[in-house]
Amino acid sequence: MIVAKNVHKSFGHLEVLRGIDLHVKEQEVVVIIGPSGSGKSTFLRCLNLLEEPTSGEIIIDGMCLTDKTSDINKIRQNVGMVFQRFNLFPHKTALENITLAPIKVKGLTENEAIAIARDLLGKVGLQDKESSYPDQLSGGQQQRVAIARALAMKPKVMLFDEPTSALDPEMVGEVLAVMKDLARDGMTMVVVTHEMGFAREVGDRVLFIDEGKVIEEGTPEQIFGNPQNERTRSFLNKIL
Amino acid sequence: MELLQIWKDALPVLMVGLKLTIQLTVLAVFFGSIIGLFVGLGKMSRIPLIKIPSVVYVEFFRGSPLLVQIFLIYFGLSQVLGHSVDKFWSSVAVLSLNSGAYCAEIFRAGIQSIERGQMEAARSLGMTHTQAMRYVILPQAFKRVIPPLGNEFIAMLKDTSLVSVIGLVELARSGQLIVSTTYNAFQIWFLVAIFYIVLTVLISEFFVNRMERRLQAGDRS
Repeated sequence: MIVAKNVHKSFGHLEVLRGIDLHVKEQEVVVIIGPSGSGKSTFLRCLNLLEEPTSGEIIIDGMCLTDKTSDINKIRQNVGMVFQRFNLFPHKTALENITLAPIKVKGLTENEAIAIARDLLGKVGLQDKESSYPDQLSGGQQQRVAIARALAMKPKVMLFDEPTSALDPEMVGEVLAVMKDLARDGMTMVVVTHEMGFAREVGDRVLFIDEGKVIEEGTPEQIFGNPQNERTRSFLNKIL
Repeated sequence: MELLQIWKDALPVLMVGLKLTIQLTVLAVFFGSIIGLFVGLGKMSRIPLIKIPSVVYVEFFRGSPLLVQIFLIYFGLSQVLGHSVDKFWSSVAVLSLNSGAYCAEIFRAGIQSIERGQMEAARSLGMTHTQAMRYVILPQAFKRVIPPLGNEFIAMLKDTSLVSVIGLVELARSGQLIVSTTYNAFQIWFLVAIFYIVLTVLISEFFVNRMERRLQAGDRS
């Protein structure tokens, strides 16, 4: 479903990604962990071209993102993204946040889009919040709306960029629960997170990234139970 | 009650000037904000053919005195065309162009004040840059530019007095005409000042405050 080959990214002289490879199968949940500044978020953002890789190739569902001739707006419809800071549209209600792109991008009628949005709000447990504005919702609720907004485009892949890092501790659980449901329903997911419990429980595969390279890769059991690389061990020691 | 009599006598002439001032302001503000929106967007463009003219335009109309611009457009255009141009419409044109330069900076600042994440979220949903601007960025930016835009409109209202130099009898010029025949300088200029103040208060009350309240949806914190 996702193939990334030798992805490099530099900001000026700063080399953030130094050749990352990733293959994600359909319905697979890949969790990316690593210290801050390791390039894990930058890599995730390359996967829908919010950052343009300096070199390398990224193919999602058979379409090459890094090919200049491909229609990036078309590809992005298949790649949902959830941000650390939610990025809900503050001038629109929860329902309007979800229906905007299906109506304007996919050309759905308002009624079709509303039906989808209500269904998704139900799934994330917020059916009673459809007319609330983002600043009337808690962080956890906002993030759940943001997940519903991404799902409304019926993406084939979902990218999560530290989705619980901006949340108060008591709200982390509700967002992770939604993500677990999504994984169980067979969504292909790439998740950058510091939630090791989630990585262990939901991840099919864990990537440890440091200094712009994949240092170690394996099942959660391998990475958390028996890490091979010294850097992986010292990182896990610090956060667990 | 000599003062009231002086004011009463002046009123018919002042009203004619007032009407012209309002017309000039409304038209200049209307065209100025449309020009400003597009030039503001143009200044942020990555395409040099759009960006450079936008920058030059703003620098020209912001960097030279309005008085010079009025002479330039009215007398300059008349000379180039070989016949005199309409005073009213050349005034509207020059005031709009001048206001457009200031509005461009106001819109640009408003758009750039919207967090980057908003554009990223919109684009990640598959929207084009134009769609993201139209449905996500601009509605939020409009709300933020209302106060500075209100200031610009008030400044424009007062600046319309400058077109009196090419012979348009707007509010200030109509006062001057009355003073030159009656010599009641203090009484008349005081009334003219009050007229301007009433207009600016009306703009800030009905335009700025009401619009701000109306656009406050989703911004209750």
